[in-house]
This record gives sequence, structure tokens and C-alpha cells, in this order.
Amino acid sequence: MASEAKSNVIDPLVDNNPITLQVLGICSALAVTTNMMSSLIMCIALTTVCAFSGMFISAIRKHIPSNIRIIVQMTIIASLVIIVDQVLKAYAYEASKQLSVFVGLIITNCIVLGRAEAYAMKNPPMLSFLDGIGNGLGYSLILMGVAFFRELLGAGKLFGHQVIPVANEGGWYVPNGLMLLPPSAFFVIGLMIWAIRTWKKEQVEKPDYQIHQVHRTEVL
Amino acid sequence: MARLRRFLDRIEPQFQKGGPYEKYYALYEMVDTFIYSPADVTRGSPHVRDAIDLKRVMSYVVVATFPVLLLMLWNTGFQANSAMAAIGMSEPDGWRAALMNLFGLGYNPESLVANMFHGLLYFLPMYFTTLLAGGICEVIFAAVRNHEVNEGFLVSSMLYTLTLPPSTPLWMVALGIIFGVVLGKEVFGGTGKNFLNPALTGRAFLYFAYPAAMSGDAVWTAVDGYTGATPLSLAASGGVEAIQEAGYSWSQTFFGMMPGSLGETSTLAILIGAAFLIYTRVANFRIIFGVFLGMVATTLLFNLIGSDTNPMFSVPWYWHMTIGGLAFGMVFMATDPVSAAMTDKGRWIYGLLIGFMAVLIRVVNPAFPEGIMLAILFGNMFAPLIDHFVVQANVKRRLRRSEANG
Repeated sequence: MASEAKSNVIDPLVDNNPITLQVLGICSALAVTTNMMSSLIMCIALTTVCAFSGMFISAIRKHIPSNIRIIVQMTIIASLVIIVDQVLKAYAYEASKQLSVFVGLIITNCIVLGRAEAYAMKNPPMLSFLDGIGNGLGYSLILMGVAFFRELLGAGKLFGHQVIPVANEGGWYVPNGLMLLPPSAFFVIGLMIWAIRTWKKEQVEKPDYQIHQVHRTEVL
Repeated sequence: MARLRRFLDRIEPQFQKGGPYEKYYALYEMVDTFIYSPADVTRGSPHVRDAIDLKRVMSYVVVATFPVLLLMLWNTGFQANSAMAAIGMSEPDGWRAALMNLFGLGYNPESLVANMFHGLLYFLPMYFTTLLAGGICEVIFAAVRNHEVNEGFLVSSMLYTLTLPPSTPLWMVALGIIFGVVLGKEVFGGTGKNFLNPALTGRAFLYFAYPAAMSGDAVWTAVDGYTGATPLSLAASGGVEAIQEAGYSWSQTFFGMMPGSLGETSTLAILIGAAFLIYTRVANFRIIFGVFLGMVATTLLFNLIGSDTNPMFSVPWYWHMTIGGLAFGMVFMATDPVSAAMTDKGRWIYGLLIGFMAVLIRVVNPAFPEGIMLAILFGNMFAPLIDHFVVQANVKRRLRRSEANG
């Protein structure tokens, strides 16, 4: 029990990361990572929803008829998202305006529904809660990493503070405009997946097919 | 020559597996096969038998860029010297002035030698930066992944440099080619496995990352602080009349006496290169004519529709051909054998698609004055799909035929 609780939190960080291994939740990783502040808020919101939805769904899992289970799960997730959205509007209005629809879109986030379906429906509430925390943290880890590179290279800032002096204000760094556009998150996530798979070889997928080795250098 | 061959053969064991320089085999192989055609033949299927190998094919493309290169050098210098004369600048800042004074060539825009030399001082640093930065990436990947260093890189680096504005800072040049080589080619497995043109991928990266250095009016002439619109941006603001008012006749834009990216200016030189590529059958004529026909058809369509607010609608096709990078992209970029469509019918469709998209972006999209780069990358992405449907159509046709006979 204790070891499962631990692995529920630790595993999704790198070994079974929802973004880099399962490639889920990419949409919000593209949309909210232009600066670290808004991605931090997004991460907290998603981790909260993921953890509590897991716990509540797991608590009533024995009473959910299996043919309408998705609807029940969605109802719980949607209620939680609305609560989070309202809290943000009340206490962090500026940030919630920046995130606009993306908080609401947590409802459709594949990670949340994926964990509800794959884990919370079969396991007790406390473990499901920890599983939600773990997956939320795995998501947060990648999101913050992406936001770090995008904000640093795109604007020379971290959490809104200028860390590299940019050229328009007399510094030496010319900001990379591509980093402020959503497609750059694809490049950054792709490079992260590359780095992680170089480090953890077991994550590398088997090739779909083998091209004939025709050149002598390839036979080496 | 025999001595060189003996030398290469003697040092070969040191680079083979177990030798002290095992890791650098890719480098040895690059030099060896660049100088001599390798003796090994294709084993296993599919069987493609030809006396010419990939390296020789790639060298032909480099040869085809020579006319472009010569006119480019002259034009870059000519534009810079004319601009300096126009704003009354006696000499440029920095090391270029020192070198120019050393040879005592002056800055007379009438002088052929002064223009060529001034152009060379802009082209060479950019080209060597490209070779060095991209070459290092290429060799690292070749060594780690056990594949060969291909002459395709010489082509990519030459074409990449020719697509940049003359005033591009060198660190940007390096960054662009690194992006192009690594993310445009090597992550997919190297030469022959990339689905985008690496040179254009690098340029597109710079275009979106540093729009201030890759578009606008200040970058097309290699003089600091001089702004001059290219005929293409003039056309966007006032149609053909605006180009002619600024003093560019059609023949001037055809011969390449206008500001612009290094290699794109002279349509004449590009067409000479095209003739060479088509004659040697290195570039497929279907793609080139496909782009051309697509461009002409789309332009005629826009001419017909007409517009009161957008002067680009009325620009005729022969102006579209000479201004901007359309001709360069059509001949050198769209024809890249790896990223283009592979079937003959597919090549026509691919070409037409690029021609259509290039004009569409130029005319209708106000955010991007030039459309050919994005159009070719778009075409690259659709090339496998086009091939798939062409092959499927052929399969269906043959099935029907065999059913009718059977």
C-alpha cells in the first residue's frame, strides 16, 4: 500500500510522464506556456482537478453504472473545474483573464479523464488522489520546463522579471519571436522527449519497420 | 592521383571498426567518397541501378548555382555601393572597409570589380558560417548515428545562404542552419529521410524567430541604416506602377539589378541554372513547369477578379516571375528530390499546388509579402499524400484492367 502510494506520485514524473511518454494534454501545453506565471497557475489548477476528481470518482466507483460512467465522471470533473475557475476569478482575476478559456478546457484535458477511467475506477480514493497528484505534477514538470525556455528565449524574462537584457532596451539579447508562437512548444516538447529517451532508453519505441541497410557505413 | 588513392587506402584500416579513429569513420568516408566514386553497389531491393551516385547528383546542383552566384555577388555589391552613393556614405563601418581600402578598389557602383568584391565580403562570411555551423552538426550526427556525411549538405548550405538577406547577422545565419540541419533533417534520420527541405526549414525558422531581420525594408541592402523597399513590397503597396515609379523596369528585375535576398534577384541566372538542371535531369522538369503553370494560372485568375483595394491583384504573371524569390524557389527549392513528390503525375500536382499557394499568399495575405518559402514547405508536407493517391489510382486502374481481361 505504502509503496503503491509512493509510486503513484513518483512514476508519472519521468518514467510514465503523461506528456512525454503518453503524449496527452498537449493542447494546453502549447497554449499557456508563453510565460511561467500563467503556466504555474494552469499547473496548480490541473493538479487540483486531477487529484480531487480521482478521489471523488473513486469514492463512488462502486455505485456508478458502467454504461453511463463517462457522463458521471464528466459531471464531477466539470463541477471541479467550475470551482477552480470561480476561485481564480475571485482571487487572481488578472491571471484568470490571461488563461481565458484554457481553465474551462481542463474539462476536456485527456490526462484528467484518462486517470479517472484508467485508475480511479479501479482503486480506492486515497490512492486515486495521490495518482492524480502524481500525474498533475508530471504535467506541471513538463509545462514549467517548456514555459521556462519559451519565456527565457522569447522575451528574456522569468516569471515576468527581466533576466537577460534585450536588444530593444540596450541589452545584447535579441528575443526569438518564434518562441512566443504556439508551434515553438512542439519543438521544445519534442526536444524534451528526445532528451528523456536518451536518458531512459526503455522509453524508446520499437521501429515500425526496418529499412534495408544498403550502405557500408550503416552495417558497422 | 594514384598516390592519393594509395594514401587513402593505407589509412583506411585506422578508421574501421577496432581502429584507433573508429569514431571518425564518417569523416574519412566523406573525404574518400567525395574524391572517388565508391565501388560498392546497391544490394537488396529496391534495385536502382545507375552509374551516378547521390554525391555526384548533389554536386551538379552546386554547379547550377554558379550563374546565380556570379550575378548575386555583383548585384549585392552594386546595391550596397549605389546605396552608399545615394546617402553620401564614404565607407562602411568595420572590417570590410579595412579590407576594401587595402585593395584600393573604392566604392564606385559603376566598377565591376569593386561591386564583385564588395558582394564577396558579404557572401563569404555568411557562407563559411553556414558551412562551419551546419557541418559540425552534420559530422556529429554522422559519427553518432553511423551514417555518411552527404554532399546534400553542400547543396543545402549553398541554397540556404542564397535565400538570406545580405545584412543577416552571422549568429543568425549559424542558428538557422543548425535548426535546419538538426530539426529539418537529422531527427528524421538524415539525408533522404527528411520530409521538409532543410535549407528552407532553417530559413523559415529565422523568418518567424527574427522577423525584423528577415523582412521589412531595412534588410535588403547591405548598408547599415539604409532602407530601400524591394520591388515585391513596392508591388504590395502600389502594384506595378509603384515598382516602375521607384525606377525598376521589368528587364532590370529580370537581370537582377534590385535589392532582395542574395540569390533570388536575378531571374536570368536562375533560368540558366534551371536549363542546366533540366538538361542533366537532376531537377525534374515537371516540378518546375508545374510551379510555373500554377503560378501563371493563379495570377491570371486574380487579374480577372481584380480588386480596388489590393494592388497585388492586378500584377501580371511575368512580374510575379521576376520579383521576389519565386523563380529561385521554383528551380532550386521545390525540386529537392527528397522532399518533393516522387511520382510523375504527383510532381505535376505538387508543382501546381506550390505555384498556386505562392501567388495566393503573395496576393491575398497581407502579413506575408513573400509566399514561395511557405508554399514550398506546404507542398513538401503534402508530397507523400499526393504520391499515395497517385499510386492508389494506378493500383485501381490496373485492377480494373485485369478484371476486364480476366
